[in-house]
Amino acid sequence: MDIPAKTGYLGIDVGSVSTNLVILDEHASVLAAIYRRTQGQPIKAVQEGLKELVALLEDQEIEVRSVGTTGSARHLTGIIVGADVVKNEITAHAVAASQVVPDVNTVLEIGGQDSKLIILRDGVVTDFAMNSVCAAGTGSFLDHQSARVGIPIEDFGSYAVRSESPAHIAGRCSVFAESDMIHKQQVGVAVEDIIYGLCHALVRNYLNNLSKGKELMAPVVFQGGVAANAGMKRAFEDALGMEIVIPTHHNVMGAIGSAILAMEMELEPGETSFKGFDVSGLVYDTSTFGCNGCSNTCEVVRIKVEGKTLARWGGRCGKWENEDAPRGRKRERASVGA
Amino acid sequence: MKVSCPHMGHLHWMLDDLFERLGVDYVKPPPTTTKTLTIGAKHSPEFACLPLKINVGNFVEALELGADTLIMAGGHGPCRFGYYGIVEERILRDLGYDFKFIMLEPFDDGKWAFYKTFESLSPGLSIRKLWKTLKASFSKGRAFDEIYKRSLQVRAYEVNRGDTTRALKEAEQVLVPAYTPEEIEEGARESLAIIDAVDQDLDREVLKVGIVGEFFLLLEPFSNFGLEEILGPMGVYIERSVWVTDWIAPNRDNKIYGFPKQLVEEKAAPYLSHNVGGEGRETIGSIVLMAERGFDGIIQLLPFGCMPENIATSIIPKVQREHDIPVLTLAFDEQTGRAGLVTRVEAFVDLLVARRGSKLALAGAATATDAATKQPSLSKI
Repeated sequence: MDIPAKTGYLGIDVGSVSTNLVILDEHASVLAAIYRRTQGQPIKAVQEGLKELVALLEDQEIEVRSVGTTGSARHLTGIIVGADVVKNEITAHAVAASQVVPDVNTVLEIGGQDSKLIILRDGVVTDFAMNSVCAAGTGSFLDHQSARVGIPIEDFGSYAVRSESPAHIAGRCSVFAESDMIHKQQVGVAVEDIIYGLCHALVRNYLNNLSKGKELMAPVVFQGGVAANAGMKRAFEDALGMEIVIPTHHNVMGAIGSAILAMEMELEPGETSFKGFDVSGLVYDTSTFGCNGCSNTCEVVRIKVEGKTLARWGGRCGKWENEDAPRGRKRERASVGA
Repeated sequence: MKVSCPHMGHLHWMLDDLFERLGVDYVKPPPTTTKTLTIGAKHSPEFACLPLKINVGNFVEALELGADTLIMAGGHGPCRFGYYGIVEERILRDLGYDFKFIMLEPFDDGKWAFYKTFESLSPGLSIRKLWKTLKASFSKGRAFDEIYKRSLQVRAYEVNRGDTTRALKEAEQVLVPAYTPEEIEEGARESLAIIDAVDQDLDREVLKVGIVGEFFLLLEPFSNFGLEEILGPMGVYIERSVWVTDWIAPNRDNKIYGFPKQLVEEKAAPYLSHNVGGEGRETIGSIVLMAERGFDGIIQLLPFGCMPENIATSIIPKVQREHDIPVLTLAFDEQTGRAGLVTRVEAFVDLLVARRGSKLALAGAATATDAATKQPSLSKI
């Protein structure tokens, strides 16, 4: 007897540090999730991620109904896999959080190189902030410090929670935080207290930069790669005086959000733009050129697959996007903001 | 004598006209590009704000084209702007350039000095002729402001992405040769008609967003990554609080914006009752005004480190709460990247759409992938 293929929704979040892929079933439960490093090669990360996903699903037959992409490489990824919805990561994270904790009021998200604060009321985003100008206190910094003190990043949190009196670390600037930590080490402060002190400094920095005048109400959800760090959770709980919820799949919430957004498109079977898991075997080539159409001289990105131009984008006027748009059937177009 | 002056959005069209009338040889700096900013940032103090860095870049590029007389606007008040001309002159002299530097102080700070400045450019210029000239050039400047203002509204409804921008270029060329008052009047009508003729879908539900903040960031599209051209195709109707001629005009009417300064100041008064320099007070007043007029949201632009706008930023949360209007604050410096800006703006538009609680028929394809993207449901967010 044939087992009918399960319907699945694919979400891909390609960020600066990690590339995450998830497949959700029609009840938005996670069937498979992949978290891997981007390592500066977004295309390769997506291709490898897709392979891993197939391996993880093993004999399960999945019919991908629709696909969503998010993260800083969302456009590029969208072109490669054939996305049905391409969304910014702020929206994707908010969607995922309100799926997991339906009455969520506050989302704290700390990723590799950015941090976000999202305020929701009745399931609707009412305000958000994202770090700009400064990235002190994001995942990359923790990564760097863990390498420096010789403690694997995975164990960082367990050290922090053992601390009884956190050291005061200057957290305004990553470089100064580092020199302050070195100083604390040299005067003999316990490594647990330094690490927990660092968590406090990062939380202070996060709240100073992002929460300006915003009311942080419970329930608070903490997600992103850094949420794996129990020390950060504890430091947030200390600072806010309330319990912090960390979702099971906290490190792939962006991907979950984009899969939910894809699900909400309510596509009929076969309507998706998804190009299949086979794209992991193709050879992509990206390059840039300066457009000479006007004095703006925009930098345009071109991506080729097997030597054939797949898409070009990046100009201010949209000329290259328009030229590459599929002819014939006129699709209802959504904007970036839609 | 070859005169030059830094760019500030479409101010150069008005300067073309003004210098032609005065018989002054005007060296228009090359359009501001990344190269301009790179030159400017290299030679400017790191802590100076973005406008100064762009000014310096414009000056260097103008000097390379043979300009020998540079004009910079002066001013007074708590903002650093009034000091920028002096700093810029110093930087350029240190670089070894030889030129005459003229600080044009505001009309209100000394009418005679104002006249003498122009007289030094155009010897024998009478006060009467200067007045007539300024009046004529100003009317042309206003006509340019009007077509730009209209384009911000039409772009939200355009059927084919890029049509409004193309029409704007065409409209500019209609206005450029206009010289006599009659020609300017006719040109203003004709150029507006060109913008209005853009193929529009007027049934489309659009978002109404106000852009407020520091004048240079609002007036110079290079400095804000062409924010208006990013928002427009998302189906966002835009009004902004600062326009070239409003900013320069010695009176306080804000003819292009449409709301006199006095009204804006009254609206700001419950939150900020005195001048804090720059556009700090105007930013607050305009947010209140736009909220009362039913705008969906506000975007505040400022150069990183801008004192007056930072004061406004710290007051905004209260205005936001009391007027129930979302405000997105964006600070810019030479390190700012376009991708980060687009992400924040996209998320802000999502937020506004969700607040409207309706499925807006947002149109246009702003990214490559949009070609393969359909309208998602916005029920969740």
